Formats: sequence, C-alpha cells, structure tokens
Amino acid sequence: MHPLNLIRVALRALQRNKLRAFLTMLGIIIGVAAVIAMVAIGQGSKQSIQEQLSSMGSNMITVQPASNNMGMPGGVRLGASSLQTLTLADVKALQKKSEFLGAVSPVSSTNGQAINGAKNWPTQLQGVSPDYFDIRKLILRDGIIFSDQNVAEAAKVCVLGQTVINNLFDPGVNPIGKIIRFGKIPLTVIGVLKVKGVSSFGQDQDDVILAPYTTVQKRILATIYFQSIYASSTSEATSDTATKEITEILRTSHRLRSDEDDDFSIRTMQELLNTLNSTSQLLTVLLTAIAGISLVIGGIGIMNIMYVSVTERTKEIGLRMSIGARGIDILMQFLIEAIVISVTGGLIGIGLGIVSSLLITALLSWPTLISESSIVLSFLVCAITGVFFGYYPALKASRLDPIEALRYE
Amino acid sequence: MSNAILSIQNIRREFQMGTEVVRALKGVSFDVFPGEFVTIMGSSGSGKTTLLNTLGCLDKPTDGVYLLDGVDVGSLSRNELARLRNRKIGFVFQSYNLLARTSALENVELPLFYDSSVTAVQRRERAVKALESVRLGDRLDHLPNQLSGGQQQRVAIARALVNEPVMILADEATGNLDTRTSYEIMALIQELNQQQGKTILFVTHEPDIAAFSSRTVLLRDGKVQKDFKNENVRSAREALAALPVSDDY
Repeated sequence: MHPLNLIRVALRALQRNKLRAFLTMLGIIIGVAAVIAMVAIGQGSKQSIQEQLSSMGSNMITVQPASNNMGMPGGVRLGASSLQTLTLADVKALQKKSEFLGAVSPVSSTNGQAINGAKNWPTQLQGVSPDYFDIRKLILRDGIIFSDQNVAEAAKVCVLGQTVINNLFDPGVNPIGKIIRFGKIPLTVIGVLKVKGVSSFGQDQDDVILAPYTTVQKRILATIYFQSIYASSTSEATSDTATKEITEILRTSHRLRSDEDDDFSIRTMQELLNTLNSTSQLLTVLLTAIAGISLVIGGIGIMNIMYVSVTERTKEIGLRMSIGARGIDILMQFLIEAIVISVTGGLIGIGLGIVSSLLITALLSWPTLISESSIVLSFLVCAITGVFFGYYPALKASRLDPIEALRYE
Repeated sequence: MSNAILSIQNIRREFQMGTEVVRALKGVSFDVFPGEFVTIMGSSGSGKTTLLNTLGCLDKPTDGVYLLDGVDVGSLSRNELARLRNRKIGFVFQSYNLLARTSALENVELPLFYDSSVTAVQRRERAVKALESVRLGDRLDHLPNQLSGGQQQRVAIARALVNEPVMILADEATGNLDTRTSYEIMALIQELNQQQGKTILFVTHEPDIAAFSSRTVLLRDGKVQKDFKNENVRSAREALAALPVSDDY
C-alpha cells in the first residue's frame, strides 16, 4: 500500500475512536510533561545557583595563608588566620608575573565597632585595594571608590555597605562626606555600595566597611601581613591555569624548597560551583528518572490498549485482509496508529510541560529553565516508545488468519 | 475450458484436528463461466464454508488445482493471495462487515486503499459510482448505524463492486435480512448479473434464494452431489412485487 494511504488509513482508524486514542495518549502526555517540567525545575535551580555565584564573582580566586609547620615537624599547627605568610611582596609578584590574573587585591580585615555620633554598630573593616571592587563585582550606588593615591598615603577614607549605613545613619541622611569612626580612627565616607543582599550561604554581604589596605594595616593593625589575597582569573575557563600560576609565583616568592608544603592555600569559586552543580545535577537526574518511569508506563499503556484494540478489531482486520490487505499493510497500520498516538501525545505533553513549567515559575516562583535537549529527547523517546510498544500488537494483528479473524465474534 | 473465469479440479481440503484428520472437501470439481449466477447450496457440514474460503483465496486447498482468471492460486504466496483478492474478488458477507463510525463512502473506498495504482481522485469517483449503482448515491456520508440492514448490505455490495472484480463472492448475504429486504438484495444482485454481466457465486442454504440463480451446485459431505442449470430463473423483482404491500403486525 502507498505510504500516504497507510497514514490516512491509520488516522481514520484513530478518528473512529477519539476517546480511546486520547486515553491512550494520556500516559504519554503526562510522562512527557513530567519529564519537561522536572528537567526545567532542575535546570532552573542549577541556573539560579550559578547566577548567585557569578554575582559573587565566578572567576574569583582567594589565597589564604596555610600551615606548613614552618620547618618544625611535630610542632603545634596554627589556624590559617593567625598565620603570617602573605605580604605586599606577594601581591606585587602576582600582579607583575601572572598572565592569567585580571586583578589582584590584598585583604586585611578586622572586626570592631563603627561609631557615628550616638550610634554604633559592630562590623568588619576590610582593607583592600581598588581592584577588590572589580574582583568581588561590587558596584557603588553613590560616591566614588578610593584611588591608588589614597592607598599610597593610607588615606582615612571608606566605602560603606547598606547594613552599616542603616545602623549608623538616620533614614534619609546622605552618608557621603560624613565622618565615622572605626575604633579610634576617623574615616570619611566617600562611597556607598549598592545592596548585594544575603549570599546563598546566609552571609550579609552588605555588612561591611571597605578602606584602603594601607589604612587598615598601618593605622589599625600595625602589621605587614595580609589575611588573604583576592584575585580574579581572566575568565572562568582559565581559573585552573591561574591557580597553578599563583602556586608557582608564591612558592618562588616565599623561597620554598621543592620538598616543602605550600604555606598558603588557594580556593576558587569554580570548585564551589562544581560542588553545587553536582548537587543540582543529582536533583535533575533524580527528577528525570522519576519522570522517565512515568514515560515508560505511558508506553506500556500504549501496548496495552493496542493489544486490546487488536483483539477488539479482529473482525475489521479479517475484513481488511479479505479485501486485499497484506500482513505488512496491517502491521504498518497498527504501527502507525501507535506512533501517531505516541507522537501526538508527545507533542501535547511538550506543550503541557512548557505551560506547567511557566506556571510553576509564575505561581510558586521557583526558577525553571526549559531546555531544548529535554524536549528533543522526550520527543524521540516518545517516537521510539510508539514503535517499540506498538510493534508486538501490530505483529500479532498482521499474523491473524483472515478466515478466523472474519469469523471472530 | 480456457474461457472459464474459475476452474477447480479435484479440490481436496483436510484439517488436522488433534489426532484426527477432518476431510472437509473430498474432491470437488466445477467451472464457472463469465456472467453466470451460481448458488452453492448445502447443509451445514457439507463443506460449503471451506469451499467458499478456498474460492475466495483466503485458504489454499490441500490438493487439487484452482485456476482463477487463468491464475493458478495453489502456487501463490500469502501476499500474492492478498493481491489476488484485492484485484479479482468482491466479498459480500452475511453480517455486512462494514467499519463502524465510517461513512458509506469510506467503507466502499476501502479496497482501493490497498491498490496503489488508484489515485485518491479515482478512488472517490469509483466509490461514488459503485454506491450509485446500488442506488445509495444520496447516502454517501451516512454512517452504518444510520442505515437499515438492507442499505448496509447494499453498501457492502458496492464495496465488493468497487475494485471491478471478475467475480462477486457472497456468503449468506441475505441471511440477516427479512424476506422483503432479502428479495430487494436479490433483485439488485440479479440486476448486476443480468444487466452488467457480473459473475456471481452465492453461498446459501435457502432454496428460494437459489431459485433466482442461473445454476446451482449442491454440496453434500464434501462432494458435489448435484450441479444443474436453472432453466426457469425466477425474477426477484416480480417476487418482490408479489409480496403483500405492508406487513401486518
């Protein structure tokens, strides 16, 4: 039979039983919609984690001092924050020698009380270089950031986070130009940070005062060491290369022998990103597996109905054979019916999946991301399901004996 | 006998039923010529169903030769038999066997779907023509459940005609109908036979139906008991006219 005729015959057979065709489709519709919605939820949460991280600076690298026993095996090992290994020489070496670092900033921080008139607030003062704003993707809402000149002369200037402002100033007061005190040191406010909010780890990113590192080092801490060095790789992809580069430069700068451990540790945002990604990946796999099971059940539903349909339509098959249908014609008719059911169900399911993903975002405000690959994949699975589960009933139909089929009641 | 449309020689058909061999046909021979209207009669168990299946190319004889329109049916494969049924035979069944929820027109078109040499336009034209020839030209879009039994059987006859077969094979085609309607169907079949020269093989066990045919083959226990020409063919149209105008309840 002509292929076009085959499709027409199959479509007409389905038209004759619209309700049954729809009920058969239902399994596939729900299966596909579930796959698409679940993958969308998984991908959406993955994307929102990534967005949060990149708002913190996704190519950010931090260097912290680490315990290397200081050549005293068996001695007391000290915590990283009390170690004094990172100096301005290291920062300069990194700035000068590295190829894969975009910006480098030392960080020298201290906790203390910020005071403005009658108000005070315990917060953290971070001594940084102007590059720090770039590395941490900090944006000013108002004012300016301190200059290299300010750094060179250890100027008593600062940039405030919103939480600090809320606690030190009355509402409506412009803090720019005002002088606050941190401990005993007066600092002139020259800039205000844009609100960054709470990080995904529960840390208030706006509860901070930023000042030139020289100011913090010389005027408050009286030290030449840094608690950490922040740097940014030229891109996310070069983050690993940059890490190796930093290790080499710092080992040279610290004059470490090849058998000595690093006296610093490097952490990249990429590592954190990978951990979080693998978590959301697991979530996606889990949800997809559940949805996949419902797709298989939908397929079995098709097989079930097709078997019943073959039995129910035995007489029709007998008639078709008596008027000239060959076994292959009957096989193809039932196979095409199964494929049409599964593919139509698949298309409806894709529509339903997209709509429900959008509804989930709109009503529950969960982030969802509809991925093309899940649409293509579930559609292919549908078509394959149709062929696979439709084949045996169709084969059964095609092997019927026309005489017995005609006499079947 | 080269001009015979159908020629069977010493047809045997045996079935294996468990350990026993059932011999349904024990050597049947006859020829059918173009334009003949043959009724095949016999009581149940006489082998008439088996013979019908064999003549309809649904079944192959265990032994013997069957030539249909010059083709040796015994040597054909299952697919070739299907093709032969599609091109040379028109079936009419006792229970009509129309597809439910399918218009009369589509039911009649059905055999042509399995003939790839027929285009969609030709298919429709021929189906309309066939329905008009059974006087159902005004019922093209009616579904089987909107038609009376007689009308349904006429749709089935149109379906048997649409592929322009060399013969029409009817199996108890009036078995489900009342006398008046079955006479109407017989009148139609007679008309097809006499006016359009269609060759008709009609299996029945009702003697009054056989009276409308030009020849009767009487089967008994798997053999031809009698094969005689009907010299005095009764007109179904006259028989219909002779029936009381309305039935009394």
